[in-house]
Amino acid sequence: MIFEKLAKLLADKLDVDVDTITPETTAADLGMDSLDVAELLMDIEDEFGVTVEPSPDLKTIDDFVKAIEAKQ
Amino acid sequence: MNFRITGTGSYLPKRIVTNNDLAKIVETSDEWIQQRIGIRERRIATDETCADMAVSAAESALENAGVRADELDLILTSTVSGDFVSPSTACLVQKRIGATCMAYEINAACSAFLFLLETAAGYFARGKVKKALIVGAEKLSRILDWKDRSTCVIFGDGAGAAVLEAGDGYLDSTFDVKGDDEVLRIPHFHGSSPFDETEAEEPYIHMAGQETFKFAVSSITRDVKLLLERNSLTADDIRYIVPHQANARIIDTAARRLGIPQEKFYMNIDRLGNTSSASIPIALDELSRAGKLERGDKLLMCAFGAGLASAAALIRW
Repeated sequence: MIFEKLAKLLADKLDVDVDTITPETTAADLGMDSLDVAELLMDIEDEFGVTVEPSPDLKTIDDFVKAIEAKQ
Repeated sequence: MNFRITGTGSYLPKRIVTNNDLAKIVETSDEWIQQRIGIRERRIATDETCADMAVSAAESALENAGVRADELDLILTSTVSGDFVSPSTACLVQKRIGATCMAYEINAACSAFLFLLETAAGYFARGKVKKALIVGAEKLSRILDWKDRSTCVIFGDGAGAAVLEAGDGYLDSTFDVKGDDEVLRIPHFHGSSPFDETEAEEPYIHMAGQETFKFAVSSITRDVKLLLERNSLTADDIRYIVPHQANARIIDTAARRLGIPQEKFYMNIDRLGNTSSASIPIALDELSRAGKLERGDKLLMCAFGAGLASAAALIRW
């Protein structure tokens, strides 16, 4: 559920086809730099109601999903 | 009773340093800096001290207001990059412009100019002062690690000043401090005490980029929304939102999240970089001298930085 919601959020935000986003897709694959990732963390806060701190370990979409799960 | 800004002034160092100049010093590029921070060039002090810049901005503001230095009742300055730990830049300005009034400095990093306004408002409210001078001056190039490509490309030097006189131009303000030394900090010179067992850290600007970005965007959106709502205003009622010029991406993102057109936000970071507590008064001086402000215009200023401190103020020009 979290993955689907996050993938949709990213697809809308970056204007890409949601089907191109898989758990293995990295933020860099989507053309996101570190400030885009920082903004994504703010979107996650709004959307999921949890605070995920910036970390170099957050690379793939699955990393973000796991970080959100850990906070819920 | 509070105050009205009756004059502004600024000083920018003569030396322009472009992104290509920096690419010769650290591994970076014009494209990377423009894309990530929105800066094309910045001014870097060469033969100017921090006090030199503060004095030039102060004199320009006094002239602009038609106020003599000996008429001043209060001088407040802000800097994180002054020439001395003591005396403060305020004392140096007082001496060099020929004033005799009380003078002191406030440290609230990049948000400090708004803390100066708030502090001055207290003196005006008590009827203790009739004319005040406030100055934000920064020689950040002195406290940058010129080997660290993630910070040395962001900052610039400069000073901005404003003369305040009794009036009713200070409409509302909000301040938020969340004590933290992890996200942003500038350690002091460590010293050479033979008894000191604490760990030395380079006395340069240390900054965690993503955390700073999040804090800055959140602060702007929260504070702008708060002041607009509390004063029953919309962005259309505001002539300009004047944000601290930290990073164009911060301002763009905040504007988007607020749903306020980017053009409403005054920007000069492309030419000047981040000048910390000098950025808002420099922006005010640019707007004023370019004839972009009329008496009665409402301006909303917002700032954020080390502390972590953030602030916003609504003024009538």
